[in-house]
Amino acid sequence: MRYSYYPGCSAESTARDQYMSVNEVAIALNIELIEIKGWTCCGSTPAHHTDKILSIALPVANLLMAQKTGLEMVVFCAACYNRMKVANHEIQTNPEIRKEIAATLGEDYDGSVKVHHFIEVLIKEIGVKKLKEAFTHSLYGLKVASYYGCLLVRPKDVTQFDDPENPTIMDKLIKLMGGEMIDWPHKVECCGGGFALSRTDIVVELSNSILGMAEASGAQCMAVACPMCQINLDMRQSDIHKIKGRDYNLPVVYITQLLGLCLGISPKKLGMDKCVVSPKPIIELVKVAE
Amino acid sequence: MSIVISKEKQAGDLINDVQKLSGIDIRSCLQCKKCSNGCPVTGLTNVHPSDIIRAMQLNVGDKIFNSDLIWMCASCETCYARCPMKINMAEVMDALRVLSVQKNGPKQKGNVPLFNKSFLRTVKMFGRTYDIGMIAAYKLGSASLLQDTDKFPMMLLKGKIALIPSFQADKKYTRRIFGRKLGNTQS
Repeated sequence: MRYSYYPGCSAESTARDQYMSVNEVAIALNIELIEIKGWTCCGSTPAHHTDKILSIALPVANLLMAQKTGLEMVVFCAACYNRMKVANHEIQTNPEIRKEIAATLGEDYDGSVKVHHFIEVLIKEIGVKKLKEAFTHSLYGLKVASYYGCLLVRPKDVTQFDDPENPTIMDKLIKLMGGEMIDWPHKVECCGGGFALSRTDIVVELSNSILGMAEASGAQCMAVACPMCQINLDMRQSDIHKIKGRDYNLPVVYITQLLGLCLGISPKKLGMDKCVVSPKPIIELVKVAE
Repeated sequence: MSIVISKEKQAGDLINDVQKLSGIDIRSCLQCKKCSNGCPVTGLTNVHPSDIIRAMQLNVGDKIFNSDLIWMCASCETCYARCPMKINMAEVMDALRVLSVQKNGPKQKGNVPLFNKSFLRTVKMFGRTYDIGMIAAYKLGSASLLQDTDKFPMMLLKGKIALIPSFQADKKYTRRIFGRKLGNTQS
């Protein structure tokens, strides 16, 4: 199983732990992720705030690079995943945009590179049976709130990831790992996303409401699949404590870190020392040798 | 929100400009307010997504750029997911942000356009984002230098922020992309 892998800019900074855990899980499951040589930024929110053609051309540049490898693309960052899917959709449905993008890049792109989120590869390609066989450790009933955020599930006709109001793909993985999935209503609420620096006040409000609901629903940790959600929900807990007086101390980990633990990979290799709120209780529960 | 419409001629073409930029038929909105009920930031402002649409339908003109919601919308797309008329409100907001910058709309809390500019400048330079360069440019410009300084050493220690930019990007395409004029493309 070989894929062209697009890590995205956060893999080199705020989400190194995501990058590490995706790589480790891929190796353990024999998924060959070949990083696109010379990949560039997808443009994220600042691009679509600024200029439509810019916001399509940046992902298309990477889709063109992937196309030359002849492999389908795998992304983990939900924002990059969303921008790649939106770009494909626009190119496929809007001939004028396709023409303008071709003129901008000096190369025509037909919108045909398939884009998968890493979790989709796990569920759809590896499959539940094989995954279960590969697990050497269990989450021993750990209560996990799976949090999807916005960009994986919306817009549904474009990402086609899962149900936009009640996605269950991560819950399936949690159950498979022996964890207890929490039935809670804030799975697809917004954490404030790209406002991490510019409107921290909005991030604090929205993340507080999500963390509060996770806590009230009895979660012992949250599993995420987006670097922006991870950093907002994890790092902003100290600000929420200061501003709102709520002390959650709730570990927020990547789903791939939980998968890695269950595959017997050491927490250090999964970058779990990089979490701000210590995930030590989870690690001790699963007991993976360092 | 109360919408004030004055008698003198409005900067009339706003609705057409937004429609041209976003490709979305704003006139089809029924004001069912599902967008406003699902919007995560409506609790933080008095202007709701359905008000923005209504204001455009009533032709309030450039006064719309005073609405703080335009720069508070996190593009979560809950509005679009629930709209019975399939109006992609997130794209309408994108169009309004583009127009606001073009027309020199009022500066709002957080100065999001400056953040966007700082972010995109690093992409133009390196092909990828460079957090420290982006944060420095944004903070110097928005005079919020002290915000989050407590987190910087911790992030550096955890390797969650890169000191030097990445030089691995192939800028073949980004050079062409950033060679064109930004902010006025039509779809």
